[in-house]
Amino acid sequence: MKKSLSIFWSHTKGSMRDLAPIVIVIAFFEFVVLRQVPDGLVGILLGVVLVVIGLTFFIYGLELALFPIGDALAVALAQKGSVFWLLIFAFSLGFGTTIAEPALTAIASEAGQIAADAGAIADDDEARDRYVLGLRLTVALSVGTALVLGVLRIIFGWSLPLMIISGYVLVVAMTAIAPADIIGVAYDSGGVTTSTVTVPLVTALGVGLASSLRDRNPMTDGFGLIAFASLTPMIFVMAYGGIIQWI
Amino acid sequence: MIVSSVTTIVATGADVLPIVIFIFLFQTLVIRKPIPNFKRLLAGLGFVIVGLGLFLIGLEQALFPLGREMAAQLTSPEALVGSGTRDWTSYLWVYAFALAIGFATTIAEPALLAVSMKAHDVSGGAIHVWGLRVAVALGVAVGVALGTYRIITGMPLQYFIMAAYLVVVIQTILAPKLIIALAYDSGGVTTSTVTVPLITALGLGLAETIPGRSPLLDGFGLVAFASVFPIIAVLTYAQLSEQLDKRAARRRKIQERDDPILVEED
Repeated sequence: MKKSLSIFWSHTKGSMRDLAPIVIVIAFFEFVVLRQVPDGLVGILLGVVLVVIGLTFFIYGLELALFPIGDALAVALAQKGSVFWLLIFAFSLGFGTTIAEPALTAIASEAGQIAADAGAIADDDEARDRYVLGLRLTVALSVGTALVLGVLRIIFGWSLPLMIISGYVLVVAMTAIAPADIIGVAYDSGGVTTSTVTVPLVTALGVGLASSLRDRNPMTDGFGLIAFASLTPMIFVMAYGGIIQWI
Repeated sequence: MIVSSVTTIVATGADVLPIVIFIFLFQTLVIRKPIPNFKRLLAGLGFVIVGLGLFLIGLEQALFPLGREMAAQLTSPEALVGSGTRDWTSYLWVYAFALAIGFATTIAEPALLAVSMKAHDVSGGAIHVWGLRVAVALGVAVGVALGTYRIITGMPLQYFIMAAYLVVVIQTILAPKLIIALAYDSGGVTTSTVTVPLITALGLGLAETIPGRSPLLDGFGLVAFASVFPIIAVLTYAQLSEQLDKRAARRRKIQERDDPILVEED
């Protein structure tokens, strides 16, 4: 009990250090630049305390659950030796965590409004909802595909820079021909797909897989899944915008 | 406040639950092995859900409203530097805020902390948790500041992103091979729970205040800046530490030559 308490305390100190920069930046701009005292200072301080406790709990649970789960699954799947199930798992993990992602839902509904304003789709609720759902499915599909590609790369030892840079070239080429109003949304959708729960799971999956395969280095081969997951949404969303406009 | 806390924790649970169910189904149906340390894992998941819930409540209560309000105030005409003709230099405090908030939110990003811990373990301690986090945070800071400059001047998003990609390609050829996968990952990791809401608020605030900008078209794109520049920063960090290591090794060699008896074997 005493030991776990001291572990907790060291985690709490870590969280306070992690959050200190935000508090300092906001305090500086509030008091020195804008010269004002924010309303409800007590509530704000209470919120900061909650953030510290929350971050502490999260990091504790991360080491207790998320890392071991991702690791154990990768090792078990590698031992089973079935590439098929590994790919099914990778795709479902990517698709499943993305379709429910709140940040994606927010960006998709804003994108629906943009498309309606630009005249790409009819400006009524039904057309907009269909467009938003289509966009969310597109992004979820792209992240599922990304993890499948990433896992295949780890298994076969393909070159990551070559794949990612080809992806960039594709993004640049598609930017030139995609409808202008989809570009900002497409670029941002790459950033919102990787949530706080998904990142540790996916990282543990990649590193675990690379360490349980012979001839694979966990450092050079294990990382890279997140990179795929932030690249493919841009390509898929621009394709989606293009297709919607052509129809 | 209590009601909103409970709702947020329930909502977080609802986000995490499908992933958990899916993993447990997969474990029992496909792998067909009992889950090791089942109780420990459940406790850990409980910590993750409650922790993430409290984290989000605290952010929503305290930091996000304040950050959004400040973004709006700093981009309003009263806060601009100098008087008379307004050009991109009038927005000095906006750039300063973009730099500072990009750096600070990235340091607080739990996903980045998770990846840094993993990288530290996997590299056998060669990659320092704080070194990586500070490098990524500096990348986000520069990216967000440049992104606000783009919104203010109205230059096309694509040019900046393409130029940044070009730098990434050149650095990929030059940087140590060990770091490349991690560097690419760090781009996607940074833009998560803490960073996205605050920098999006900054982008939308700017696009609303500046004449001729559309919040819908120009407000987007800051996240893209915040995802590309960390890659450059991490690759630079790796190149710099490689140079420093080389120099240290050379110095050691010179010392060894001067004093051959003290050569240590490792």
